Amino acid sequence: MNSKNRNNHIILCVKDLKKYFPIRRGFLQKISGWVKAVDGVSFEIERGKTMGLVGESGCGKTTVARLILKLLALDQGKIIYQGLDISGFSEKEMRPHRKEMQIVFQDPFGSLNPRMTVGQSVEEGLRILGIKSHTMRKVRLEKLMEMVGMSPDSTDRYPHEFSGGQRQRIGIARALSVEPSFIICDEPISALDVSIQAQIINLLKDLQDQLGLSYLFISHDLNVVGYLCNTIAVMYMGQVMEYASAEEIFDNPHHPYTRSLLAAIPDSGPRKKLEPTLIKEDAFDSSAALQGCKYRSLCSIEAPRCRKEQVLFEKIGEGHFARCWKAMKK
Amino acid sequence: MTQDKQPMADDNRLISVQDLKVYFRSGHACARAVDGVSFEVRKKETVCIVGESGCGKTVSALSILGLVTTPPGEIIDGRIVFAGQNLLELSEKEMQKIRGNHIAMVFQEPLTSLNPVFTIGNQISEAVRIHKKIGAESLREKCIRLLKDVGIPAPEQRLEDYPHQLSGGQRQRVMIAMALACDPDLIIADEPTTALDVTVQAQILELFGAIQKKQSMSILYITHDLGVVAAIADRVYVMYAGMIAEQGNTEQIFRNARHPYTQGLLASLPSLSKRGKRLYNIPGSVPNPAYKPAGCPFHPRCTHKAPSCSTEYPKMCDYGQGHLARCPILFQDKGHHT
Repeated sequence: MNSKNRNNHIILCVKDLKKYFPIRRGFLQKISGWVKAVDGVSFEIERGKTMGLVGESGCGKTTVARLILKLLALDQGKIIYQGLDISGFSEKEMRPHRKEMQIVFQDPFGSLNPRMTVGQSVEEGLRILGIKSHTMRKVRLEKLMEMVGMSPDSTDRYPHEFSGGQRQRIGIARALSVEPSFIICDEPISALDVSIQAQIINLLKDLQDQLGLSYLFISHDLNVVGYLCNTIAVMYMGQVMEYASAEEIFDNPHHPYTRSLLAAIPDSGPRKKLEPTLIKEDAFDSSAALQGCKYRSLCSIEAPRCRKEQVLFEKIGEGHFARCWKAMKK
Repeated sequence: MTQDKQPMADDNRLISVQDLKVYFRSGHACARAVDGVSFEVRKKETVCIVGESGCGKTVSALSILGLVTTPPGEIIDGRIVFAGQNLLELSEKEMQKIRGNHIAMVFQEPLTSLNPVFTIGNQISEAVRIHKKIGAESLREKCIRLLKDVGIPAPEQRLEDYPHQLSGGQRQRVMIAMALACDPDLIIADEPTTALDVTVQAQILELFGAIQKKQSMSILYITHDLGVVAAIADRVYVMYAGMIAEQGNTEQIFRNARHPYTQGLLASLPSLSKRGKRLYNIPGSVPNPAYKPAGCPFHPRCTHKAPSCSTEYPKMCDYGQGHLARCPILFQDKGHHT
């Protein structure tokens, strides 16, 4: 997945990320087990491109985002940002790089300080950027608001005065304030109304074209990811099950989990019969997490081999990786 | 030209809501959440009401069951005719006989609508106990059968479980089992899959389809997700800011939308096939129900607006075969004559 001469195109490369959370029980809070929230995640994102990270709730998407931003300490693995290995960086070493990587959160209300005006919230980033002159900050602030499609006079108002879509625009303005080159969008549109979602998607695309941004777009909505992303990683229980270009994922999915996800999308064209879903929810067996393939208890093509052996994440085509024996044989 | 004149086989009609108006007052402001809404559900039919947050879809559904909190809510006008009687004129006691028994509801968030301190079995049997005289043993059997019907494995053991011991999908199945408990004629499902993962959503939608086929009941399904609508609906009502913007069967709505709002919504849906193209987006945002624009509530966001749109409330225009849209401007453009 990585070759050194391509490194210039790669803005972010993540190798074998692992994060286990302890389960504590009893009075003494002894560790009784581990939740493998992220269990060997690898992918890379090209400069100026968008990678989609899809999966159902609890599969570890957001944990991956927090690990990349070093908001959580990782247990194992490497994070290489612009050729620089930041995985071992301390808080202090990380600080100069923080403004390079930003995040836009799902809930734009929860992520804006209700006691600060919008202007103050966005300006905070400008101060961090080291713009000391008040007028310079003011000019830049107005530019930022214009970029995200807000009127400059809205800077004196408070977050509660805005609608969800506008708040998300403010969240994006705040992320942009420190001039990042990489933005993680963590479900940025799922809390918005349908007619507003398209506005935010278009805004993200426009900003990418103007500023050459790279995105990691986290979502559970395959339609959005298919529209917006160049490459897609499908996550299940802390592991990437399949990684390929968006076209490959949709046209030529190999992993049974990817296929069941695709079958579950209610299509917006009328009367597309829902295929019988491959997942048997009730067959879910958490002991499956212990060894072998994590997906096997729900899998329609499970073989004895899936029980015993750790399935490797391997190349099955040009830029196409999957974690399934059967997929490799094809 | 108005929908009231729409000829309809009366015998096939299960419930019809006529010109419903529900307002919410707080201080001097008055939010006209539902402002003259008419719709009907026929026997064995799945009807979807689709719209964005605050468009009045949930309030419409709650008024059917008499669950609008008063105050601040108030049903100002309208009729809800079910089995020959106007539900709005019934006393609370008479309403209780209908609620759960003839019309049942499935809510969006199963964890908040299930009682955490009672077992699943207890909660499912509650509805049956209230509406039917039934012995303890046959009640237990009925609960087990209901859980089996909604696809919960090992129902005998599940009866003793508490809601927190079940997954989100299973909780929603339990909610559906509760709704089915008295073999209702109509199930109102208010965004039952919004809180669920896509694969679980697909299972629940399938379950609704299977139940309907088996028990020949009607479903009024409320959602904001056009994908879900396309998958399950026979007929669709598109709501915007307290009004029905468009109604028709699934084919008419998705292939031949006649209201600018419906057209905009459909055009703004992202999908793989639209890659590289810019998504259409409806400008502006949903109006606050307390400060709705005069005339057509959609006109500030509309690309087809004419001067009359800001003054006149739009009339329902009939495109035939049950397809109606509340936009006289597009109706004239297409050269339809009334």
